[in-house]
Amino acid sequence: MKVGVVVFPGSNCDRDMYHVLTDVFHFDAQYYWHEKGLPKNIDAVILPGGFSYGDRLRAGVIAAHSPIIKDVKKIAEKGIPILGVCNGFQILVESGLLPGVLLKNESLNFMCEWTNLIVENNNTPFTNQFKINEKIPIPIANGEGRYYVDDDTMKKLKKKNQIVFRYSEVVNGSSDRIAGVCNEDGNVVGMMPHPERAVESEINPIDNKPSSRIFESLLTTMGVSK
Amino acid sequence: MSLEDQELSELKSKIGREPTPTELQIVAAEWSEHCSYKSSKRHLKMLPMTGPLVINEKGYDSGVLDVGDGYVVTAHIESHNHPSAVEPYGGAATGVGGVIRDILSAGTRPIAIFDGLRFGNVEKDLQARWLFKNAVTGIADYGNCLGIPTIGGEVEFDECYENYALVDVAALGFGKKEHLIKNHAKKGDIVVLMGGSTGRDGIGGSQFASDSLESEDRSAVQIPDPFIEKLIIEAVLQARNDGLIHAMKDLGGGGLSCAISETADALEIGIEMDVDKVHTRESGMHPSEIMVSESQERMLIVTSKIKLKKLQTICEKFRIGCSMIGQVKSDNQVHVKKGKKTFANLSADVVANATLLDLPSKKPVYLKTIETEKKFKPISDYSKTLMKLLSSPNIASKIWVYGQYDHEVGIRTVVKPGKDASVLRLDNGKFLSAKIDGNPKHCYINPREGAIGCFEEACRNVVCTGAKPIGMLDHLQFGNPKDPEIFWTFLESLKGLTDFAKFFEIPCVGGKVSLYNETPKGPIKPTPVIGVIGLIDKKPSVSQKISEGDCLIIIGNTKNELGGSEFFEYVHKFVGGKCPVVNFDDSKKNMNSVLDLIKNNLIKSAHDCSKGGLAVAVSEMCMTNQIGCTVSLDKVPGDKLTVDRILFSESHSRYLLSFDKKNLSKIKDLLKNNKISFKEIGKFGGENIQFNNKIQSVVKLNVEKTHRVWLNSLSDLILHGKTS
Repeated sequence: MKVGVVVFPGSNCDRDMYHVLTDVFHFDAQYYWHEKGLPKNIDAVILPGGFSYGDRLRAGVIAAHSPIIKDVKKIAEKGIPILGVCNGFQILVESGLLPGVLLKNESLNFMCEWTNLIVENNNTPFTNQFKINEKIPIPIANGEGRYYVDDDTMKKLKKKNQIVFRYSEVVNGSSDRIAGVCNEDGNVVGMMPHPERAVESEINPIDNKPSSRIFESLLTTMGVSK
Repeated sequence: MSLEDQELSELKSKIGREPTPTELQIVAAEWSEHCSYKSSKRHLKMLPMTGPLVINEKGYDSGVLDVGDGYVVTAHIESHNHPSAVEPYGGAATGVGGVIRDILSAGTRPIAIFDGLRFGNVEKDLQARWLFKNAVTGIADYGNCLGIPTIGGEVEFDECYENYALVDVAALGFGKKEHLIKNHAKKGDIVVLMGGSTGRDGIGGSQFASDSLESEDRSAVQIPDPFIEKLIIEAVLQARNDGLIHAMKDLGGGGLSCAISETADALEIGIEMDVDKVHTRESGMHPSEIMVSESQERMLIVTSKIKLKKLQTICEKFRIGCSMIGQVKSDNQVHVKKGKKTFANLSADVVANATLLDLPSKKPVYLKTIETEKKFKPISDYSKTLMKLLSSPNIASKIWVYGQYDHEVGIRTVVKPGKDASVLRLDNGKFLSAKIDGNPKHCYINPREGAIGCFEEACRNVVCTGAKPIGMLDHLQFGNPKDPEIFWTFLESLKGLTDFAKFFEIPCVGGKVSLYNETPKGPIKPTPVIGVIGLIDKKPSVSQKISEGDCLIIIGNTKNELGGSEFFEYVHKFVGGKCPVVNFDDSKKNMNSVLDLIKNNLIKSAHDCSKGGLAVAVSEMCMTNQIGCTVSLDKVPGDKLTVDRILFSESHSRYLLSFDKKNLSKIKDLLKNNKISFKEIGKFGGENIQFNNKIQSVVKLNVEKTHRVWLNSLSDLILHGKTS
């Protein structure tokens, strides 16, 4: 039940993620500073959102070279669940753990709004409690959130079922409206929207909170019943 | 940009010798209007600043309110007008940075940003458009990177800001009472400069801001680095948790000069510092440059010798500079050395306390005739007029602005921007509601009543969320105070705010005065911007969706008060008339009644009636709920007026309430008991926003179409230059 929340200089959704993991879903979560290593017995790792290194050069690119990423890669190889949200997704992409790149939004602006996701793959540790094509209302908040892959990679993504979430309509110009992808094994998932902002009714204007099932999926994966 | 002759001779007589060049620079920075408040300070004392919830400690740059259960909320407001008018991106961004550090220096975590933006006529003036666009991006890039949600604000355009910009930033902080920094220091303590390096940017910024904007002195504008600021926030809060901070102050206007002298003066200590120890970003800086540089993202911290090591370890973790620049002495002197050589040695009291001015004031001549109305051309189609107002830059939705701000990070935002006031949840189960409001059009016509109106409007917005106002922030922005007519408008606004604050027992917990706001065409209109903070003990009123058959009540009287209204100014292009006046007794009764109705769960939503009047307020309720409404103008309580005046008067103390029909009698009973002037004026349903006068239809607009226009017209204008 040990979940690591990786903190980079400039991470700013780390505390939100920690709160949701511990206070809402009762995980045994712990922060890991980017210069520290991850323990061997960790059960899942989450890379939260923010502006690691102030988005210098390109979002996520410097953090992808942090010491902790070596451990994240080792853990990924073992098949342990890893989730990158927003800047965390950008870091996973920049470190080569996930395919594709994240470009500036088509509007060239930072976008903070609620949107809808469609579940495309329910065979990952973070989506196994969803039905395919299920709709999830969820907020986005990013400037570089336009997912892009070349045509060959896109074919591969489709073939290996690596597209996890799509936006229900065009939001920022992402290739094929992609909002989240996974690696070939399915244990490493990255997504631009923020599930941690949508799981508490107090701050969520949509009342059935389907985003909760992202965390409930992880609980199920880890063998904890709801 | 230096001391005036008389100030120079005063300085000489106070220190009994010729000042050194470095001393001159230090004193010029600290005695500038921006740092010393020399024109306004003696008058600001009239505002009530204490109250049962207010915590006053020496040396705080932000106000502190006790919100119970061992928690406090801090609040502050600042502006960055001169820099933003020259370099809007950097000016606005560093404006955010400065106010955030004020919140941090009390030892609290910043949890929300608000911004009030004012520019020239954005429809005609391309420079205004450029300033607006870049100021918004500056705020977005800075606040988003910090992970502090920008949850509210206002945007206004008026020709009086031509070639100029007002960028006001307010911030709120939250923390445990026990974590508040109790500023103290004793002999032998260490003075540390933490954060970004000191460079030649922002040199003379405070004097630049204390004069009319004549030169575009870009070197006086500071360069933003939100990443360093984010690291400082985390490092300071960790140091706070570990009890390593004895005293703390952020470096803002006047740079080190101001931080050192004000800290020494407030804590009644002396500080001896060595400029060679300051980490700089360029070599060969003169001691006086180091002393007055306004490079951003720096904090001054006083700690003990024993704790210094731990503080350095924290700074190393975050890779931020941490220079031991000086020591605390017992002599009350500000002693600046470079190595062994002394460059300045002045009494902190002399530096930090400029002689206060008592400027003359005189009622402006223009006010004699301003209330006289002219004859207007009759309007043939009120539907068109309402559509024109709803798509006008001042009234159209500001979603293009707040959609660029991360307003949800921190997962506290319960009521998001775009509503009356924003609401945050706190860790003790309570909720905080806040709003900032200004109205230069009203304030120009009547500086006193206009300022009171801004205050009341901010209160109304907060009340609509179910919160009781507990504190206010005032930001007083005027032209050159040496003009007695301008100074009169400043005093009138201040007196009005003071009267309202005393009557409602809302203490002023923070504020700022910004003077010398002049454009090539003259002074800006008086622009006080008022922030109100409200507390909700239990559940906030989150607007429920209005449905078919729900009823509409208006509370408060609609009067013949169209001076400074959007209708007069935008539609008729007329500046003048009588501006709205707040009746304090009615205001209090109405406010309390709305709170009672919310507490008793009798209404679905409450909406404040302000810019654009009843017509705009009803339209906003319809558009955000995607439902029509039919309103009978003949039922609206108040003066006997023509339909255009009922539609567009901006009288204060008015609220629109939507509710389920079944609660009608209970609501009526409560309002009658409280002796409120109110009427049931409409019913929701259908797909049109419709206003009737008796049986005659006055306005009929399709909700969906109107909504689209209202939502998109500002971005269409900014991005594509489209005007309606």
